[in-house]
Amino acid sequence: MKFLLSMLVMMFILTGCSIKPWVEPYERANLADPIMSFSRDPVSSAYINHVFEAREGARGAEGGSGGGCGCN
Amino acid sequence: MAQRVAQVVVVAVTKPSLAKTNQQTGRFRWGLVFAGVLGICVPLMAAVLPENRADIMYHAYSGGGLEVNGPSVLARKSIGKSTSLWGNYYVDTITSATIDVVTSASEYIEERTEKSLGTDYLYDNTTLSLSYTNSVENDFNANAVNFGISQVMFGDLTTVTLGYAKGWDVITATGRPSLREEADRQKYKLGLSQVITKNLLMGLNFETITDEGFLNNPYREVRYLDGNGGYAKEFEEYPKTRTSHAVAMRALYYLPYRAAIRGEVRGYTDTWGINGNMAEIGYIHPTKQGLTYEISYRVYSQNNADFYSDLFNREAEFTYRARDKELSTYSTQTIGLGISYEFKKYGWGFIDKGSANIFYNRIQIDYENFRDLRVEGVTPGTEPFYSLSADVFRIFVSAWY
Repeated sequence: MKFLLSMLVMMFILTGCSIKPWVEPYERANLADPIMSFSRDPVSSAYINHVFEAREGARGAEGGSGGGCGCN
Repeated sequence: MAQRVAQVVVVAVTKPSLAKTNQQTGRFRWGLVFAGVLGICVPLMAAVLPENRADIMYHAYSGGGLEVNGPSVLARKSIGKSTSLWGNYYVDTITSATIDVVTSASEYIEERTEKSLGTDYLYDNTTLSLSYTNSVENDFNANAVNFGISQVMFGDLTTVTLGYAKGWDVITATGRPSLREEADRQKYKLGLSQVITKNLLMGLNFETITDEGFLNNPYREVRYLDGNGGYAKEFEEYPKTRTSHAVAMRALYYLPYRAAIRGEVRGYTDTWGINGNMAEIGYIHPTKQGLTYEISYRVYSQNNADFYSDLFNREAEFTYRARDKELSTYSTQTIGLGISYEFKKYGWGFIDKGSANIFYNRIQIDYENFRDLRVEGVTPGTEPFYSLSADVFRIFVSAWY
């Protein structure tokens, strides 16, 4: 069982590593635009998230991670 | 990240309020939301450190008798090629005459200051984040630590983030010297950002939060029928634990011309019986002149907590009792407008570019089982439902260096 599990994990890792990016680096100009960021201005995003959290019963999973192209 | 030093001018005997509820319970969240936005907000694709930048913001909230304003200053700087440090200084000056206050106490003014420090460490495609929050005011002291790890993978198209936060609160109450309570909070976060196409980004976030300890507002009261045609009040009593789960999905799409639309939906549930849903859509439109316009619309709704009631039938009717309007059934609508102007480099020494920004939000909240006790002379339980509108401003300048 452990062997089988190890093989599955290995298969997943090797398969994962071999994934070919379907969006090539030279196709990422639009993604690199600052407007393509889930949180363009952290000081501003954090504040408005706080305002909503303070006035709503729900909490968590707010804001957003990622975005942009990481080209800087 | 956050710290509150409270300089308080209390004009009241007690201070129940929206500000209290929200800012006390929201304090830990605020710090960690901020830490999350700053610390785990790594760029998609090849892992890089966040940009060196500084922001100075003035924020103002006005609505429902509550005025909150003050500055927030954020600065981030890389040290070498793999480490980035950031710090935030945040102040709220609060003038509270909310419906809770005017129906049971007197207006009060207080100030709180938040301070925070954090760091990000980049190793290959992995970013480690750590931040610390301290919050102090006259009747509330909170500390929190936030840890995150982020990994870019699968051809730099996927970013996975994991986060954990731990908070410790100490709660006291003006006018109740014997009250000294504690609450511990923990957060578990999982995030996924994915490039779908060359024009589409999507994000998926899960978060579980557990609270344990004194979770209610020490000032707020519930009301109950007094048997003589009127009502009386007693302090709220909340459960000692609360666990919540939230899941959010976001998308950003680059339009055929240079503009973007964004959308977000979120679902929420917790052990207090609250279920909430949120949806938001936004449009971002930059111009060649350096201006960027933004417009958004957001809706939120929730049902009340199991132990919430606007009017209980008798004193201590149930073990747990709440009349916090944030635990009632209600819905909100928010319209957002924003405009930014980006300055290119004009030989400003070490500054590469800058921006000036103003954002405005109008929030409308309509409560469905929280009544307006300012209306007197009617049978308890027949007062009109309460509603409020709020204006929120964010005015800030940013500099990249």
